[in-house]
Amino acid sequence: MTVTPVTATSMTESQRRHVRAYGDTTGDGMVQLSFTLPVAPGPRAEAAAALFARKMGLDPALVVHAKGIGESFTFFVVYGRSGVVLDLDEVRVEEREYPLLPPKEINLEIRSRLQRRLVVVGATVGTDAHTVGLDAICNVKGFAGEKGLESYREIRVVNLGAQVDADELVRRALAESADAILVSQVVTQRDAHLVHVREVADALDRGWPRERKRPLLVVGGPRFDPASAAELGADRVFGKGTTPRDVASYLVSALGEGAA
Amino acid sequence: MTAVARRRNLLRLDPALVRRARRLASQAAEPVVELARTHTTSSVERSVLRLAGLTGADAEGIPWVNRLVDAVRADVGLEHGVAVPVFDALLTGDHVDVSTLAQKAAAGGVHFRVPTGRPADRARRAAKRAVGAGITRIDRNRQTRERMIRRLGDPPKPWIYLIVATGDIHEDIPQAQAAARAGADVIAVIRSTGQSLLDYVPEGATREGFAGTYATQENFRLMRAALDEVSGELGRYVRLTNYASGLCMPEIATLAGLERLDMMLNDCMYGIIFRDINPQRTFIDQRFSRQIHARAGIVINTGEDNYLTTADAVDAAHTVVVSQLLNERFGLEAGLTDAQLGLGHAFEINPAVPQQFRLELAHALLVRELFPEAPLKYMPPTKHMTGNVFFGYLLDAFFNLAGILTDQEILLVGMMTEGIVTPFLSDRDLALENVRYVRDACSGLTQDFVPARDGLVVRRAHEVLAESVDLLEKVAADGLFEAIARGTFGVTRRPADGGRGLDGVAARAEDYYNPATEILEAVAR
Repeated sequence: MTVTPVTATSMTESQRRHVRAYGDTTGDGMVQLSFTLPVAPGPRAEAAAALFARKMGLDPALVVHAKGIGESFTFFVVYGRSGVVLDLDEVRVEEREYPLLPPKEINLEIRSRLQRRLVVVGATVGTDAHTVGLDAICNVKGFAGEKGLESYREIRVVNLGAQVDADELVRRALAESADAILVSQVVTQRDAHLVHVREVADALDRGWPRERKRPLLVVGGPRFDPASAAELGADRVFGKGTTPRDVASYLVSALGEGAA
Repeated sequence: MTAVARRRNLLRLDPALVRRARRLASQAAEPVVELARTHTTSSVERSVLRLAGLTGADAEGIPWVNRLVDAVRADVGLEHGVAVPVFDALLTGDHVDVSTLAQKAAAGGVHFRVPTGRPADRARRAAKRAVGAGITRIDRNRQTRERMIRRLGDPPKPWIYLIVATGDIHEDIPQAQAAARAGADVIAVIRSTGQSLLDYVPEGATREGFAGTYATQENFRLMRAALDEVSGELGRYVRLTNYASGLCMPEIATLAGLERLDMMLNDCMYGIIFRDINPQRTFIDQRFSRQIHARAGIVINTGEDNYLTTADAVDAAHTVVVSQLLNERFGLEAGLTDAQLGLGHAFEINPAVPQQFRLELAHALLVRELFPEAPLKYMPPTKHMTGNVFFGYLLDAFFNLAGILTDQEILLVGMMTEGIVTPFLSDRDLALENVRYVRDACSGLTQDFVPARDGLVVRRAHEVLAESVDLLEKVAADGLFEAIARGTFGVTRRPADGGRGLDGVAARAEDYYNPATEILEAVAR
């Protein structure tokens, strides 16, 4: 045969940089797709699926499986060729300032850095009675398929619940020798969430003895802008969709900075 | 046939060891049961008022049962029970009914007292009459269910259990009906995140929830009516499940009885471990809720599967068995029958562990043979579902196979989207196709499945049972509260005086009166 296989070594710089989806041959552009249309099963549904796939840029599009779900829906599996050529130089990766670690590593890091459990004191402060977010992060049950901070062997969680006064929160954090204070805020009427966070920051300034290592002030809630930490006097602000592992990974990384 | 299969004794468990395990569980449970017999909680008392027919909420959405119990508590405490003070006020004042009394009491216009002598007798009789009407409604619902099952027929086991959860009851209804038409035998409406920590039950039909739909009496009624409609159409009775857990466990159990729900999640320790609800509160609430479930003919589902999502499924296998034995003990004590104990367990061993499937079979068969009459509830993999939907689909098929092979009775349908997104319509359909294929392809396979006498399955089952007995020895010696405080279950430490809801617990005074308990226990004993 005269065909020379394209191997990594014989690839040109441009071939490495510009890529298509890979089915079984370089450059074939083949992808696999499954979806459901609200169309009754039958020849019309299959034709609709083929058209749908073509409009998504698959050409040719091969509808390999069609199955009715009830009377008014049809599920499809489609194989097809995508014309998309990707310039890998255009790929941008969103960098978080800390690495996202698996729970086991988080526990190991805490143990090796602190030689004791990491203490986290959490609360919703001021008038806010919504503990949904706080519990999603703290309770074992967790959030989005991830277990909460309580499930980490090396983290001790003191969940103070709702409507805790800022000074009381700082007093409890001091009594528990907290490494971090978690403040969760859901209610945003008249910017209550921002006001309450500043109250905690002020209470920390007032009530935390200089000779003791100041705990990290970590704030979270669906309406917070993660870029607003400095403005609020917090160390880190988490927005919508934050999971317990995000918070735990951040704590571990921030602890490292403190120790260094 | 299934009952015969269960009695096959494939594992040759030592009956003396099994008896010993049960004796230890009962020993460990006894002080907790004693606590529950001698205490009450705000939610138990609110349940009494719900049975007496008090419904509705004030303008802020706080139910009248909460307002009335709070008002009674402020005047005379909880320790006498609210039934006598409330019905005494009703008989001696000029209130039309309990609802108007609650409204006046909330406005501060009623002073409650604890009467003695004849007024007390009169109040007790009136309270018992009112609460008796609620219990009668529960009894009628049970009869209706039995009649419908006779008329429509019961689906063959395993029952296929499917979850819907949109947050909006009016979206849930068509989804639940579609799921039933696609083969689901049991529909569970998962609750909104955070409901377990609310110290009141929301009112009315609800259209917004976080990752689930609020459990309310009206939502229960709407969904049961929708499933009755589809049951008639399909010619099989489709069951409805919700969650009697959290701070309002007894009230939600009561509402389930009043609205003919068929199964309820109801674990003796789940709220303590996973929601940080006070252990004493939980055990007291749990006993009352199970007495209601017993009366209502509701099958409870316990939550042992959850332990394996935090602890390792191999290392912690015996904690599941210990918890099942405790759940069984607490359940039987509260009047449930074996046929009402949907003990839970799960297929959660890491697929990378060598011989994972054999270990899963060992665990599933152990539970099957330990609890031969219980309608076991088997939960699909969640922890090791990675986002690779293709591998997830394979793992779910193995789960289905383990379930069929070991004769599990309630099979929760595993979704390949577990932990990624809420399942698409097509994901649910594929999942049901998976179950149907395995069920039909392996029909009768239990007859051919005889594990080797000294094979891994048998040895592993014996090992887990022995570890369970060891742990039960410790739990029985140290006390269950101490074991929970030490982090024995689900690797979480929960001290007996920690967590939420302890302020709603009160020791019963000598003149404590609860007409519901009196009626429920009259039959049980």
